[in-house]
Amino acid sequence: MSSVSTIPLPLKARRSIHARSKILLLLGLVLLLIIVLAAGTGAVHIPPLQVIKLLATPPFSAGWQDIPQEYRQQAMVLWNIRLPRLGLGVLTGVTLAVSGAAMQALLRNPLAEPSLVGVSGGAALFASLAIVLGGSWMLALQESIGEFALPIFAFIGSLLVTILIFIISTRQGRTSIALMLLAGIAIGSLCGALIGLMTFMASDLQMRSLNFWSLGSLGAATWPMVGMVACLGGLAVIVLLKQASALNTLALGEVQASLLGVSVRKLNQICIACIALAVGAVVSVTGIIGFIGLVAPHLVRLAVGPDQRVVMPACGLVGAILVLLSDLLARTIAVPTEIPVGIITALLGVPFFLALLFRMRRKIGL
Amino acid sequence: MLEVINTGLDISGKTLLTDISFTISPGEFVAICGPNGAGKSSLVRLLCGELSPTRGQVRWDGKALSDWNLLQLARQRALMQQRGEVGFDYTALEIILLGRHPHHQGAAREVDSLIAEAALLEVDATHLAHQIYSTLSGGEQARVQMARVLAQIWETTINPRLLLLDEPTAALDPRQQHRILGIARKWANKGDVAVVAIVHDLNLAAQYADRIALLRDGKLQAMDRVEAVMTPAAVEACFDLPCVLLKHPDGGTPMIAARRNH
Repeated sequence: MSSVSTIPLPLKARRSIHARSKILLLLGLVLLLIIVLAAGTGAVHIPPLQVIKLLATPPFSAGWQDIPQEYRQQAMVLWNIRLPRLGLGVLTGVTLAVSGAAMQALLRNPLAEPSLVGVSGGAALFASLAIVLGGSWMLALQESIGEFALPIFAFIGSLLVTILIFIISTRQGRTSIALMLLAGIAIGSLCGALIGLMTFMASDLQMRSLNFWSLGSLGAATWPMVGMVACLGGLAVIVLLKQASALNTLALGEVQASLLGVSVRKLNQICIACIALAVGAVVSVTGIIGFIGLVAPHLVRLAVGPDQRVVMPACGLVGAILVLLSDLLARTIAVPTEIPVGIITALLGVPFFLALLFRMRRKIGL
Repeated sequence: MLEVINTGLDISGKTLLTDISFTISPGEFVAICGPNGAGKSSLVRLLCGELSPTRGQVRWDGKALSDWNLLQLARQRALMQQRGEVGFDYTALEIILLGRHPHHQGAAREVDSLIAEAALLEVDATHLAHQIYSTLSGGEQARVQMARVLAQIWETTINPRLLLLDEPTAALDPRQQHRILGIARKWANKGDVAVVAIVHDLNLAAQYADRIALLRDGKLQAMDRVEAVMTPAAVEACFDLPCVLLKHPDGGTPMIAARRNH
């Protein structure tokens, strides 16, 4: 019978495995380069070499005391302001992009976004409820857990709304992803209406806080905040990456995936839980930063094809690069003020989205 | 051995299959024929384990399908479906490699790539390897899907194997139809593979299958060797179609020709 050793094929399937590590390495290097450049850019300029030198002496190391007086300010700015912000940016990009790729695979639709599971709407709704109706009660919470008060509230909201949407679209343990999409649109509109109501009731001061939510910003980054997002988001992203091969089989449809030994029911639930957790954690801290989850997986698929085992890790890196570049733009374009990064990602994302639609339009012969 | 024991299927209160019993052994090729809506696809969905029977039992290799571990079953049983639509721009070879998922569940190994390529060679379509699946013609897509299910149950060491084909020849030109069924026949001849295929064209079925099952209104009307089933009486009873019996000049396979409808 067909012996498997003498096949006259250009063995691209095997080559792609080697190509994968090359692409990841390349993207990783680009990300590092951008981190070093972005870390040095701002009101206090730090040359790249100096950034690397200061990175080698973190505040908890013995060398910290030996940093000469004239570089002290640079070191403080780098470690207390720039790095947490970059960290949050990287986490935001990775989380949104990987969740986006997973969502698109689940729905077998390249236009799906992680926010479709209701995470962003829920977080924004609860944040605005807390800001406008919280009153003395919110102040008390802020006194006890400080900067975490609002993010935690938003996080609870994102999970509650996702669970609600999940319950609507699940019957007898089976989740219809298509129903979930529709339920997401309905509940999303409800959240939008309630947020509108809150905006209507808000005072000028509350209005400013609300704006933060709808526009998205990395400005709230502190080390504890980054730590929280890293724990929740990082864990969820790792679990999502492990589903890459199973998500590939979904391209053949849910029936074939289950005939290939994939428990589709479990896969759906694991992915939705991870997306909700990861995106919820990010959105709670940054507000809504759109289009990364859509744009990053697309760019990667254009370059390397649809294999999720390459797409997911690579688009995580691309997502981080996009967020860092957008944030760099956001805080340098209108010095001394800074533009919310969500505005930049939307400004760059919408034309991209439209270009995509035009490409699809040609493809279906319209 | 594939055993179907007093099996019935209801879906949302509607009875689709009633009291079906038969067995199929490895090495055998059985064609399922019958008019539209007879329950052929429902039967195949039961045989592959996608649906569970409302009554009775489907057993593979001595164990009820519901008791099988999903992954273990996936290494021994594959289903080729009528419309193999694929999301995203996977190449033909990548699609075939998806068939290897139950064997590695993560990163495809060297051997999986080799098998995917061998499967493509098996269906004589190596030139399609790096083309985008969604841009292929219907016949080419069918061959790639065929290669994918073959790759899924490629190892002779993991047996017995079950190859289910749900209208593999639909929308194919005659040459492609014979090509696909020829491969199915070849795999049945391996001895450890049971092949079940829904085939619309009785004459095509007669040329490749060992036995033909006639299904009508969810009931098994006949299931026997080709010569026994290919009679005007049996075919007329199943399809309500008056017909005559012919012999294929080349080999003597029985053939059915319908009478003209006045």
